[in-house]
Amino acid sequence: MSVLNHQTLSVLVENRSGVLARISGLFARRGFNIISLAVAPSDDARFSRINIVIDVEETSVEQITKQLFKLVNVVKITELLPSDSVERELLMATVAAGPDQRGAVIELVGVFEGKIVDVGADALTVMLAGEPDKLDDLEELMRPYGITELQRTGRVALPKLERQASPRLRLTGKAS
Amino acid sequence: MREVVSISAHLHVQHAPPPAVRRESQRPPMKMTGAQALIKSLEMENVEVVFGLPGGCILPAYDPILDSPIRHILVRHEQGAGHMAEGYAHVTGRPGVALVTSGPAATNLVTPLCDAYMDSVPMVAITGQVSRPVIGTDGFQECDTVGITRSVTKHNELIMDPNEIPLMVRQAFHLATTGRPGPVLLDVPKDVLQAEVTWNWPTDDEVSSSLPGYKPNLKGHPKMIKEAARLISEARKPVIYAGGGILKSRAADALRELAERTGTPVVTTLMARGAFPDDHPLCLGMPGMHGNYTAITAMQKSDLLIALGTRFDDRVTGKVATFAPEAKIIHVDIDPAELGKIRRPDVPIVGDCRQVIGEIVKALESHTQADRNEWRSRISGWQELYPLHYDPHVDGDALKPQQVMEVLRDLAPEGTILASGVGQHQMWASQYWQFNEPYTWVNSGGLGTMGFCVPAAIGAKVGRPDRTVWAVDGDGCFQMTAQELVTASSERIPVKVAILNNAYLGMVRQWQEMFYEERYSEVYLSPDLPDYVKWAEAMGCAAFRVEAAEEVEPVIAKANAIDDRPVVIDFRTDSREKVFPMVPAGASNDDVVVHPSQKPGGEKLVQ
Repeated sequence: MSVLNHQTLSVLVENRSGVLARISGLFARRGFNIISLAVAPSDDARFSRINIVIDVEETSVEQITKQLFKLVNVVKITELLPSDSVERELLMATVAAGPDQRGAVIELVGVFEGKIVDVGADALTVMLAGEPDKLDDLEELMRPYGITELQRTGRVALPKLERQASPRLRLTGKAS
Repeated sequence: MREVVSISAHLHVQHAPPPAVRRESQRPPMKMTGAQALIKSLEMENVEVVFGLPGGCILPAYDPILDSPIRHILVRHEQGAGHMAEGYAHVTGRPGVALVTSGPAATNLVTPLCDAYMDSVPMVAITGQVSRPVIGTDGFQECDTVGITRSVTKHNELIMDPNEIPLMVRQAFHLATTGRPGPVLLDVPKDVLQAEVTWNWPTDDEVSSSLPGYKPNLKGHPKMIKEAARLISEARKPVIYAGGGILKSRAADALRELAERTGTPVVTTLMARGAFPDDHPLCLGMPGMHGNYTAITAMQKSDLLIALGTRFDDRVTGKVATFAPEAKIIHVDIDPAELGKIRRPDVPIVGDCRQVIGEIVKALESHTQADRNEWRSRISGWQELYPLHYDPHVDGDALKPQQVMEVLRDLAPEGTILASGVGQHQMWASQYWQFNEPYTWVNSGGLGTMGFCVPAAIGAKVGRPDRTVWAVDGDGCFQMTAQELVTASSERIPVKVAILNNAYLGMVRQWQEMFYEERYSEVYLSPDLPDYVKWAEAMGCAAFRVEAAEEVEPVIAKANAIDDRPVVIDFRTDSREKVFPMVPAGASNDDVVVHPSQKPGGEKLVQ
């Protein structure tokens, strides 16, 4: 699911019903493709933050951003390039692993500094929070054992502190 | 991080000149129903007329209307209410208001909402909704109105808190009329209308802070203004490409000043007809698919396009890759998303057209203008070679629709407002009318809505009762919403309708003739079904049929003299007539097809 030329739009929106539908509807109508979406309340109770990962090769970030701006409930948009931001994601997966393979899976998860969060007779549920690439790697390595269920959260991102002045990072916010 | 867009709030700026919002004196809190609060809020916004049709869920709101000074116009179909609100907004610049019930009434409003959205028409629609506890249960006449209308409104809200009604109404009018205007919908559950509320009329600051993400930028960037002035002064072959945004921002005077000061010719798009007077020596008329040869070609050959409040619609640009290939672009629009959407501008300016044009004119003071005599002579050469042209009428044949338009134009009382439907008649109306005044053209441009004409004309007449309103409709269009003439008759709104009845869905027929080897599939309507004269009379109108050329003038004169009821004239026109010039869809504007009697290649002939 990792795309090399991706960009994250961190969109601050009003906490009102229907806002997510407005945003997803805009993407659907204009044929913009969303790679990943994560929504949660922000530090201010009035607003939520929506992290939208898009493929910059396929879509015009400028046009997406401008169209998003037109939504009345959108307060601020920050454009984050992977090189200028810290990105994290959470993965949970149930892996088929009987007593014979359990040790190998536990070892693998250990190497990635993940956790075993549930153990059954023939399966383990593992958890890993980290950089999306790492999650991809673990997912790939667990696949031969048999992943029976997989859930990823979608990406969250914040700008790198030491690169705040970078010209590639754009705060296109409406809020002044 | 750097801030790319810096925007400040301009809550008080509205495009139209509406009376100021009324102020409330300090009084103890008033208790009333949500419905009373809704109607009172409309009164506070100085709404003078509402177009609507009652029904179950909106019923509570219809009770306080009896005690309100607001005029309610009872339509026959909710689509009519929406288009009337649009027609009213087109001619007054003030938002039109439609009030209807839930479910099918709300879905009937979808077309006018989309129409208003595409053409940036300020409109406030209020729909009833089932009571809050019933929402989501598929209750009788429940539909997800905000869900359905989300992509065809500038904004919409389902009001769940009765005490928020006044704030929501103020927000709706503010959003509909500021920035890029558009339709706003409020969906109000029945029990919200019945609930007791404490009246509280929000202040400007409260409205502003309740919309933290809405701050339209009106003032152009000074650096860009300077650059625009420089490009304009240096251009040897400039053209002003004026769009509907000129009318929305009341910028007709500013546009005229810019054109005259720089001697720059002006094309007015379909949405901008009237924004620059057709009788002005610098006016080139309409560009685009059915624009005139000079307007199309001047844009193609220009070295600078000054695009003002226009969105590079495909009907104007033709094939984008070959559109005005040598032209640099200055693009002014209040909507940042329009800049660079179709063609990347050399100088993008986000802002209100009137303000920005004023700023550009000021910046031009320090520049001398390049010599444009050669450009002007080339343009007048095209004008001479390629005027609008149609074959003259032959005795015994059906009427020429273009000729009917010309007589209609010549006999129209001063200040007449023209509304049209969508199709061939719309293009002839735009081509052959002389628009010398802004806000005299009511038209469905972006969506191309057949059935727009009759209700929109009614709304226009309500907005400007002092003006004559002519509606030029096709027989196909007329059959879609003609029943609103019942509304016009019963409400005493004397509009005049000219049906250019060629018995066909004319524009489709034209395409089938030109691009489908004359295989006319499902376009014939029959000239006599229905009998338009009887139909119009049944709806309370005066009605005439004109088949002979010598009858055109006297019957139009007769219609102009009738002022106590609507008039319908059924003009029997020639179905073989086509709209020329034409740029076929997807073709380049270089390949404009002129009338068969005119020789192409005019540029070579002039040189």
